Amino acid sequence: MDRVDLPALALHFALLSLMAIGGVSSVLPDMQRYVVEANHWLSDRQFADAYALGQAAPGPNMMFVTLLGWQLAGWAGAVVATLATICPPILLTLGVTRLSAHNPDAPLGRAIRGGLGPIAIGLTLSSGWILARSADHDGRSTLLTLLTIALMLRTRLNPVWLIAAGAIAGITGIL
Amino acid sequence: MPLPQPPIDNTPDPDTRNIGPLELFLAFSQLALSGFGGVLPWAHRTLVERKGWLTQREFVETLALGQLLPGPNIGNMAVMIGYRFSGYAGAAAAFGGLVAGPFLLMIAVGLLYRNYGALPLVQQALSGMSAVAAGLVLATGLKMTASLKRHWRSFLFAALALAGVGALRWPLLAVVGALAPFAIAAAWREQG
Repeated sequence: MDRVDLPALALHFALLSLMAIGGVSSVLPDMQRYVVEANHWLSDRQFADAYALGQAAPGPNMMFVTLLGWQLAGWAGAVVATLATICPPILLTLGVTRLSAHNPDAPLGRAIRGGLGPIAIGLTLSSGWILARSADHDGRSTLLTLLTIALMLRTRLNPVWLIAAGAIAGITGIL
Repeated sequence: MPLPQPPIDNTPDPDTRNIGPLELFLAFSQLALSGFGGVLPWAHRTLVERKGWLTQREFVETLALGQLLPGPNIGNMAVMIGYRFSGYAGAAAAFGGLVAGPFLLMIAVGLLYRNYGALPLVQQALSGMSAVAAGLVLATGLKMTASLKRHWRSFLFAALALAGVGALRWPLLAVVGALAPFAIAAAWREQG
């Protein structure tokens, strides 16, 4: 593993955070590309583990970046990754709130939302695809992923139960 | 001849109810740490049903704006709600409450992972959890397609983003930068 360049990481995550329409999961592919493929700071497996653990713990889904930073560079990494991801959107939100909090249906707002919606969907599906590529190494794990999709689309189960079921499936050797 | 003055309205403006930073911090801490598998349902329960700080409609409108802006949806909502009740201090308190507890929790998880992550049993559990996590994200993406306009252009932009970022692994900034202007212009023209 190469040495982590924290300022570069902060800048990259800060830029990505401003692209994270529809949530931070939509920029996960580029976090993975940057941290794993371009810089070799973490293995594919470590990245996928961080994401899965972040989903299992309570709190906003974006908090997996804290764990990612922690794995990269301990406390400093956790603080830098978290602040870089949350600060730019907060400042933007504050600015927009001051300007137009009570007019979310303005024509330009509608056009931006309508235009960015499909892109956000493509990005979210990309995230799932990349996670599946690192998590699904055989037929059984692929089946577990497909089963999760079916249950999420058909039922209103709390996702945390599915994560727990996945852990049990792994421990009991079903996978 | 002087016009009659309108009667003075003494009912408090709902936007200036006295909800201070500490109260915001505690409420958002609580809902964040309750939020296994997603915080949004807990935010609704706490802010609308239990505390009555927001009406149903205000909640939905805040959420819509939070989704339009980049960043975590629930984080953007916290900033907007905190600011509305208590200005900058309120925004900071609400967002701080949302992330402080989960931040420490993630550090604890990181410590456990460092010490026990290599154990075979933990590796097996994580394998199963990762396969499920991938399914959760894919299902979220598929659910979001229900909100798309039934127009080929929407599906084209979604497919191009998926191809560029997911399949070809091009940098996201470049893909979004190239697609977004066309997508927004198309949506603008569509609404006439």
